[in-house]
Amino acid sequence: MAERGPWRRDTASGIAGGVIAGIARRADLDPTLLRVVFVVVVVVTGGLALAAYALAWLLMPALDGSRTVLATRIATRHPRRGWRLGAGVGLLTLSALLVFRELGIWWSDALVWPLVLAAAGAALLWSQSRARSQREAAARAEPAPLQPAPPEPQVAGEDRGARFIDLYRGGFGIALVIGAALLFLSQNDALGGARDAAFTAIVAIFALALILAPFIWQLGRNLAGERAERIRSQERADLAAHLHDSVLQTLTLMQKRADDPREVAALARRQERELRSWLAAGSRDASGDGFAAALRSAAEEVEDAHRVKIEVVAVGDCELEERAAAVVGAAREALTNAAKFASEGGPISVYAEVGSERIEAFVRDRGDGFDPDDVPSDRRGVSESIVGRMRRHGGAATISSVTGSGTEVALTIEREAP
Amino acid sequence: MSAQPTIVIVDDHALFRSGVRAEVEGLVDVVGEAGSVEEAVRLIGELKPDVVLLDVHMPGGGGVAVIRQVAKVAPAQSFLALSVSDAAEDVIAVVRAGARGYVTKSISGEELAAAINRVRDGDAVFSPRLAGFVLDAFAGSVPEAEVDPELDQLTMREREVLRLIARGYMYKEVAQSLNISPRTVEAHVSAVLRKLQLSNRHELSRWAAERKLVD
Repeated sequence: MAERGPWRRDTASGIAGGVIAGIARRADLDPTLLRVVFVVVVVVTGGLALAAYALAWLLMPALDGSRTVLATRIATRHPRRGWRLGAGVGLLTLSALLVFRELGIWWSDALVWPLVLAAAGAALLWSQSRARSQREAAARAEPAPLQPAPPEPQVAGEDRGARFIDLYRGGFGIALVIGAALLFLSQNDALGGARDAAFTAIVAIFALALILAPFIWQLGRNLAGERAERIRSQERADLAAHLHDSVLQTLTLMQKRADDPREVAALARRQERELRSWLAAGSRDASGDGFAAALRSAAEEVEDAHRVKIEVVAVGDCELEERAAAVVGAAREALTNAAKFASEGGPISVYAEVGSERIEAFVRDRGDGFDPDDVPSDRRGVSESIVGRMRRHGGAATISSVTGSGTEVALTIEREAP
Repeated sequence: MSAQPTIVIVDDHALFRSGVRAEVEGLVDVVGEAGSVEEAVRLIGELKPDVVLLDVHMPGGGGVAVIRQVAKVAPAQSFLALSVSDAAEDVIAVVRAGARGYVTKSISGEELAAAINRVRDGDAVFSPRLAGFVLDAFAGSVPEAEVDPELDQLTMREREVLRLIARGYMYKEVAQSLNISPRTVEAHVSAVLRKLQLSNRHELSRWAAERKLVD
């Protein structure tokens, strides 16, 4: 059945670019027949029909998408795209002209270079304006993120770079088109009388440029200043939004719970952690999934669940493979245990050291301590689960406790041979 | 020397200064407070306190600027850095500038007073986290040619002491655990502090800056 609407390439059932399949679909013809006709035409025209095919491929949108290949090419953000496009269009024009000349459809050789230059220049200008409007549309489509925006200066730099390229490319395109016009005129000897006038005009423009340059420069600086100010105020707004969302809410909560010191301390602790990680976002290196990070997040979970304070010191780091994960798991149990039974005496500390041969972790609390012979049965169960877990993975756990000065759980495991 | 050490608190937040003053009241003798680098330099010159409690982050160069300027006129002045930040670059910068120790602002009043006393007596104060940083910075081996055995390596004993401090042990617990006297522990920690200040190992400052760890 014939379809309405523009001519579209049928990329699904096509052989090369789907141009013929698309035409067949639109015109309700048999694609195979059409292909045979095309081959015949190619042979008769000495290959010219192939160029027509290529042109159609560039200009016809695909059936599934609404954009032409040409438009997609131009829209793609690539710093060198414009130059390539300019050169390509220039070369295409040149080849088309040569084909015309070969076929005998010809006016004058004087036309060749001006046309090629003009085409290349126009393509450059066109690609530039397209690229810019694409970029602006993209900027409008993505609202500024509310989360901290540390890459902001980079974006500004990139943007400035892109703008510079735009300007440079635009200037080059204009120069090409003007050069083409001048070349054409001079080749036709139309410039003779106008040469003096042109010289006068160029001198006048140069003088004008000298006069206006400071003003234009000032204008540019003002614009840059405004832009920087806008970025700063955006950052301030982000900060204010963040403080409002989290910090003020936490402060309100803390006032409401003022009669429960543990809850207040826990709220303050959680807010502190959030604020620190918010401030550190972007500067913290990307070791977010290693052993040290896992140990820290385990400690944070226990802090939240049991309203205690845990200090984590980690030296070295490694991947969170099975044995490292076993250490984290056992440390979590030890921390939970300490948080439940021994959080009155002061903060619980975790020290982990990843050496080249083994991983060690120490969980120390400042509770009352206990006599190992006189342990409540529920607590012994937890201890067994720590020791058992380490043993299953080929490591060891020792629990030492001194009545009155706290307990320390030491976890050791050999690292897997690399 | 009087029983209570005299101290000057330097911090650009008045609220925090009064908080510290309230916490250590009765344990040490707070003789002055300063809220800026210039004020601190002037006040320290006038009052000559036993120990200066120094905030790391302040407008005008921070604690490092205070230490450098005071060191020109009074090189023997002792400083104890006090900060909300546990970032390695802050710790290393202020210790290398000449602070005798580094504690975080979450420290309790008694612990702070004990740290002040220790600094007054010429010893070093290492928090567990500072001990961890040092172990991390001095970990592994350096190429033979670069090794200054005096400064670039920790002895086994110093390493043991640091590990126990990192594990949350008090100095006297460290001493007990290693069967040495508390004075020997202090001597080891002071030796580590000296190495931290003088060693160029792995260009410590750059190491710290690259770590960028805020926690």
